[in-house]
Amino acid sequence: MKRFAFFELIVAFRFMRDGLTQTLLIILGVGLGGGVIIFMSAVLAGLESNVVRRTLNFLAPIVILPPEQVARPLRQAGPAGVAAQVQPRSQQLRSIDQWQKIRDQVERTHGVIAVAPVVSGPGFALRGDASRSVTITGIEPETYFRVISLDQKIVAGRITAGPTDITVGTELAKDLGAEIGDKLRLTTASGANTTFTVTGIYDFGNKGVNARNVYVPLRSAQSLLDLTGGVSSMEVRVSDPFAAERVAESIRASADLQVDSWIRTNAEFFTAMAAQIMTNTLIRVFVGLTVALGIASVLVVSVIQKSREIGILRAMGTSRAQILRVFLIQGGFMGLAGSVLGSILALGFLLLWRSVAKNADGTPMFIIEMEPWLFMTAAIAALLVGLLAAVVPARRAARLDPVVAIRS
Amino acid sequence: MPVAETLRLDGVRKSYAVGTPVESEVLHGIDLVLERGEFAALIGPSGSGKSTLLNVIGLLDQPSAGHVYIEGQDAGSLDDDVLTRLRGRSIGFVFQHHYLLPEFTALENVMMPALAAKGREDEAMRATAAGLLDRVGLTPWLNSKATHISGGQQQRVAIARALAMSPALVLADEPTGNLDTKSADSVFDALRDINEASDTTFLIVTHDPRLAQRCDRIVELVDGRIVSDRPNTNVVRRS
Repeated sequence: MKRFAFFELIVAFRFMRDGLTQTLLIILGVGLGGGVIIFMSAVLAGLESNVVRRTLNFLAPIVILPPEQVARPLRQAGPAGVAAQVQPRSQQLRSIDQWQKIRDQVERTHGVIAVAPVVSGPGFALRGDASRSVTITGIEPETYFRVISLDQKIVAGRITAGPTDITVGTELAKDLGAEIGDKLRLTTASGANTTFTVTGIYDFGNKGVNARNVYVPLRSAQSLLDLTGGVSSMEVRVSDPFAAERVAESIRASADLQVDSWIRTNAEFFTAMAAQIMTNTLIRVFVGLTVALGIASVLVVSVIQKSREIGILRAMGTSRAQILRVFLIQGGFMGLAGSVLGSILALGFLLLWRSVAKNADGTPMFIIEMEPWLFMTAAIAALLVGLLAAVVPARRAARLDPVVAIRS
Repeated sequence: MPVAETLRLDGVRKSYAVGTPVESEVLHGIDLVLERGEFAALIGPSGSGKSTLLNVIGLLDQPSAGHVYIEGQDAGSLDDDVLTRLRGRSIGFVFQHHYLLPEFTALENVMMPALAAKGREDEAMRATAAGLLDRVGLTPWLNSKATHISGGQQQRVAIARALAMSPALVLADEPTGNLDTKSADSVFDALRDINEASDTTFLIVTHDPRLAQRCDRIVELVDGRIVSDRPNTNVVRRS
């Protein structure tokens, strides 16, 4: 008996030591269950953050656009009244009205980190005989980098703000056979065209984006797309990408504009992710239930096995509350010890996963963060599951009639 | 009630439901007083209600009617927690089977009532338990597991445990019932010695007339009624 230890702790641990095999087996069971939960959670969190990170590489969490143009049929006198068929109006490239004022207003919105004005429109990139359809994106580099980290994706040259400087993706550079210092011409549907010098080549890790987007200074794009002084959109970075829709709603409420969050524009991705989270949660719940039932069954058996001892302890003046705590401690300990074992197992699995799940070039398939909070959460959850699982057997033990228990 | 009374039973009845609405009364209005330091035997045939009476006196069971006073305190007016504390503090049990906790050593078993009462272990508790085991001649077996000593030794550990809280009353339910004659005498000697050295009151249930003759008072229970309660004028003090 450990000196100066508490009564409940002493009795609980002696009971567990007495049934050492079943105690170890249930701890192993809890450990395996906990390990699976931690491993799955870490892998799915890694997968999720990886997909999110890759998506938000080239996509702003929120994009503000001018309001959609709608057809307004004229009411006519007479029986015709309203035209039977109204064709939807084609959407012209146009500027956000009073965009500077709106930018300042959005910057003050809670959760917004940065706002970048952008002029964006379709065009063609031509070099020699080669031409490619592109999206011309006019940016103010310093402001834009706060939203999209284009500067960190440069693989050749650099982004400069000269009026004829252009940054293209690796795919487009390859298609046009362009290198740093080469000239290429951008033309638009209106016939405007400008010759640019390739000063930077980026790689977002996405073939489509690398082939499509070209970045030029804001003023150059305004001139090319006939949007002098205006911007076609504003891209917004928020502190929590998953709260983007909430922030978008608050922007929407304050201005008559189209405000699209990446959550809305990637609805399918989020539906898939939600399904995955739900599946993961269900698995966790069922594993947790299995663990709880395992602990509860061991303790129920223990209460039966220890009935006489419980009766003796009650006869000696042990209160019902003390007996209750003896079994709650056992449940809590089994949960906690199991979670420690589970954490070790999960850590081992995760390290194994890291060494196995690699791309062809040897880089990790995706980064799994071994977050301490995950292990802490698992430990607390296991402790709670253990305690909850022990409630019924503990109450049963506490309610035992000492006379009946001693005779048992 | 005078303080000298350790136990008083006033009209104690105990019934068990044997089928609704049929009830079977096991104790039929027991009146009994045990003075401090008494060493009394409770005898009677099997099924006479001795163990039931002991459970009621030991506050392990509630009487259906009547009152149980322990050191002047009416146990019927107490809630479960207070009753448990009173039982732990004032009453020691020695059962026919030793009922030691097999997970613990002899010393730990003896410490257990004090540990339950105080909540945590201290040096004084350990010293008291060691002293009690010494008193029953078990110093060499202090750290032996309860399951690793002989039946007589186990029963003596149980006696030491019953005395751990210096109770006013020790209830012994056939404490020598499972022992051979020699061990039985040795255990009974231990009970007698403790009684003589302290003012602890003993009520001992026994079937053995030889052991009953070693008690100062003999109470006889038949069919749930005390049919005889007499002082023993021919006490055999030692085996």
